[in-house]
Amino acid sequence: MSTGTKTERAVQTRELERVTIRFAGDSGDGMQLTGTQFTRTAAAFGNDISTFPDFPAEIRAPAGSLPGVSGFQLSFSSSDIHTPGDAPDVLVAMNPAALKANLGELPPGGALIVNTDAFTTQNLAKVGYKSNPLTDGSLSQWTVFNVPISTLNSGALEGLGLTNKQVDLTKNFFALGLMFWLYERDMGPTLAWIEAKFAKRAEIAEGNRRALRAGYNFGETTEIFHERYIVPPAHLPPGTYRNITGNEATALGFVAAAQLAGRDLFYGSYPITPASDILHQLAGYKNFGVKTFQAEDEIAAVGAAIGAAYGGAIGLTASSGPGIALKSEAMGLAVMVELPVVIVDVQRAGPSTGMPTKTEQGDLLQVLFGRNGESPLVVLAPATPGECFDYAIEAVRIATTYMTPVVYLSDAFLANGAEPWRIPALDGLPDLTVPNRTEPDGFFPYARDPKTLARPWAVPGTPGLEHRVGGLEKADIGGNVSYDPENHHRMTELRQAKVDRVADGIPPLEVHGPAKGDLLVLGWGSTYGAIRSAVERLQADGESVAHAHLRYLNPLPANTGDVLRSFRRVLVPELNLGQLQLLIRGRYLVDAIGYHRVRGKPFRISELEAEARRQLAELGVPAGSATR
Amino acid sequence: MTQRDGHGAVAPPAGEPIQLGRKDFVSDQEVRWCPGCGDYSILAQTQRVMPDFGYPRENIVFISGIGCSGRLPYYMNTYGFHSIHGRAPTLAAGLKAARPDLMVWVITGDGDALSIGGNHLLHTLRRNVDVRIVMFNNRIYGLTKGQASPTSEMGKVTKSSPFGTVDYPVSPLAVALAAEATFIARSVDTFTDHLKGTLDRAGHHRGSAFVEVLQNCNIFNDGAHREFTDREVREDRTLTLEHGAPMIFGKERDRGIRLNGHQPEVVTLGQDGITEADLLVHDETDPLIAFMLSRIYWPEFPVPVGVIRSIARPTHDQMLNDQIAGAIAARGRGDLKRLLNAGETWTVE
Ligand SMILES: Cc1ncc(C[n+]2csc(CCOP(=O)(O)OP(=O)(O)O)c2C)c(N)n1
Ligand code: SF4
Ligand SMILES: [Mg+2]
Repeated sequence: MSTGTKTERAVQTRELERVTIRFAGDSGDGMQLTGTQFTRTAAAFGNDISTFPDFPAEIRAPAGSLPGVSGFQLSFSSSDIHTPGDAPDVLVAMNPAALKANLGELPPGGALIVNTDAFTTQNLAKVGYKSNPLTDGSLSQWTVFNVPISTLNSGALEGLGLTNKQVDLTKNFFALGLMFWLYERDMGPTLAWIEAKFAKRAEIAEGNRRALRAGYNFGETTEIFHERYIVPPAHLPPGTYRNITGNEATALGFVAAAQLAGRDLFYGSYPITPASDILHQLAGYKNFGVKTFQAEDEIAAVGAAIGAAYGGAIGLTASSGPGIALKSEAMGLAVMVELPVVIVDVQRAGPSTGMPTKTEQGDLLQVLFGRNGESPLVVLAPATPGECFDYAIEAVRIATTYMTPVVYLSDAFLANGAEPWRIPALDGLPDLTVPNRTEPDGFFPYARDPKTLARPWAVPGTPGLEHRVGGLEKADIGGNVSYDPENHHRMTELRQAKVDRVADGIPPLEVHGPAKGDLLVLGWGSTYGAIRSAVERLQADGESVAHAHLRYLNPLPANTGDVLRSFRRVLVPELNLGQLQLLIRGRYLVDAIGYHRVRGKPFRISELEAEARRQLAELGVPAGSATR
Repeated sequence: MTQRDGHGAVAPPAGEPIQLGRKDFVSDQEVRWCPGCGDYSILAQTQRVMPDFGYPRENIVFISGIGCSGRLPYYMNTYGFHSIHGRAPTLAAGLKAARPDLMVWVITGDGDALSIGGNHLLHTLRRNVDVRIVMFNNRIYGLTKGQASPTSEMGKVTKSSPFGTVDYPVSPLAVALAAEATFIARSVDTFTDHLKGTLDRAGHHRGSAFVEVLQNCNIFNDGAHREFTDREVREDRTLTLEHGAPMIFGKERDRGIRLNGHQPEVVTLGQDGITEADLLVHDETDPLIAFMLSRIYWPEFPVPVGVIRSIARPTHDQMLNDQIAGAIAARGRGDLKRLLNAGETWTVE
């Protein structure tokens, strides 16, 4: 097969606007790394990108088994894209399990690159293949490229003195090299990465380099590919970019926010998927004065954050749904003592332990109402990985301006998905400094700022302000414990009014598309990309459809009701069974229609598009009516 | 060798020495415990001992959980935080990490600390968070009106156990020891001077200090400790510990604790030729002695009171801040612009 010499054959290069690749293999096969390397390369080349890593729940499920399949989907494009793509154009399957788990999502005609070496009788049997799909004709509707990746790769690494196991671990880079060839990508960034990563293990570095080059050269010399593809750079707004995941942006955002506030960041957390990476990242920022505290449980994590906020720091904690449930009582305490803590909830599929590595939007009502008593707090939800940075800053601004706990809702899809991020200029970031109370004259722990209704931040160490706070109801202004009925009523209303006041300082809900029309698609959180793409398709077809996306879930932007009432129908797609839908029906008496999927995966653009069309048809709107 | 951590280990803020008295620590709040409750005495000794530490009032914080004991911060004219049931140590840990300059006290009960807050007690102690945890042990749930607690004796008849409990009690001192507390002590609400002295030691300790105060709840568990704390019997039935001194007790100071093999036994001086030299000498740094002391109790033994253990170890906030200082020294103070621009970047014109 490979002769090592360049062939004379004519390989066409075809230009494509967008390509979606899914790498799939065993969780030990390094698929996440492969996907990440391709992503970095595409991003650095200037494509717009969006990624969707799909981890198995098990760390190392039995090799070759279905539960052990790990996938990484990335979409790269020469135009602005919002999602990692509904379905891959190309599936790289490293073994029968990866094929079986992913084939259903590869559209007919899609390209399938398989590592034929892994299709042994034993591996086929492990996942219940009665016959070999590579030879039994069952793959005829796809374009299959059979590549003996393992054999070719071990050939390339011969003589290096690596063990069979070590050699096997590099075969993902063979696949990556092949994809680099197929999409005319530069191997430079990955070679540099190998260099840095294995600086102390020269033979491993060499193994990976050879694997990568062997894959690339295989593309060059084999006769099985007749075309290469080029996806030109996208026209992104000018600026300096980097690739960023939601969790990375969240961590960076809070570091930035603390600096902008001129205070130390204290981060209390207990490890939980998919929030742990925030802890890992922040723990490395010691020279920024970031104090991380791996607490004994989620209750301690939020308790410590409250203690730190009481002391004048930016108190932050993060978890996922199960941990947020544990934090509930302390979140109520933060409401009662009116201290600025931020609680990040990186949602995952529930209830209970649910599907820890999969995404869902199931915690909206939990964070809004999952506490005893009337316990209002502010809830924000970034919509894209890059926005995770902005809303971290916004969460701190609101918390410290209004002296209130703020919940920041992310999810597994946002947390792990990546996109190019235009690095903001520091002078464009807001000033978040707020003063501590220092003046003893006229000090009352529960006296309020007339504009924000915030009570003073009076931190220990300040002479003359010694006072007591706590979970017991306090007398308005004076702050002594009070069981007075009218006082409790007044304080309950004041706490609510303070959260409502936040709406005065936030932007109105924006409508993308016509300000009035047939259908408004209303979303929140990570569904932004899929909804926006579906709505743009409909708009391109001339439909009277608009998209509005809520970043502020409590309080809702002041114009929300007006926006909703400007459309004949409101469709609310959510990765839950209708939580925002319930909320806006209750708040605005608008007969919003829900669209719900809880598969642990983001929406597909096509399903949202189809649902929107169904709603339009129900309204009796003829197709393309807006242009007529 | 473990170092014993003596007086003066906590440095009060630099500057002019501060002259404060007990009254300076009395807040304007009306004290609301039941008349006759042991909590009054603990409060009084706490207020009395505060001036000894040289901290200005504003640098002292009392954090409590929920229970009758939890009300104490309202009565201290310092900063105070009455948190939620069992969680006071978590707030204290966060506060102390953020603000190493503060002197932080945690006030808790036997239910608050050992039942709902057991996990936090364990981890706060093992981390050597620089807080003093004072646990009021009345062997009952006072605030909720008389249910059994984790320190209630087996078989105790309470509102929640009309047929007697079927739960073994736990030894708070043994828990603290297992959790690696660097300071462990016990005192009694009515032993006023001893209590003040014990709080003084705890206040001067750097690191996690755990103090069990045997407290009488005269409403729901009256006389829980009476058998060995009543004025007439206390000297015969308690063992006052002193570092480096033989374990002697009794009105006549004629009895002591001796090790027989590895078992402690009560002996009488002068009987069978026993002298002071045969007695166990208390060593606050010896974990085996501490363990033994955590296990002996009335009626088989006199109840040990005083400092069971005191060792020096770096504290959590100290190590955390050292790491930060080290990182800044090694890498320079974090530069936000550099951080945001880290990794692979590219420019779009
Ligand atoms: C989450 C929660 N559960 C239960 C209670 C009710 N509760 C308040 S105090 C208490 C027990 C207190 O006992 P202890 O800690 O021994 O304190 P004491 O009143 O005896 O001083 C209980 C069960 C509560 N406040 N919060
Ligand atoms: S119930 Fe018991 S512990 Fe509580 S205040 Fe009354 S006497 Fe004291
Ligand atoms: Mg009690």
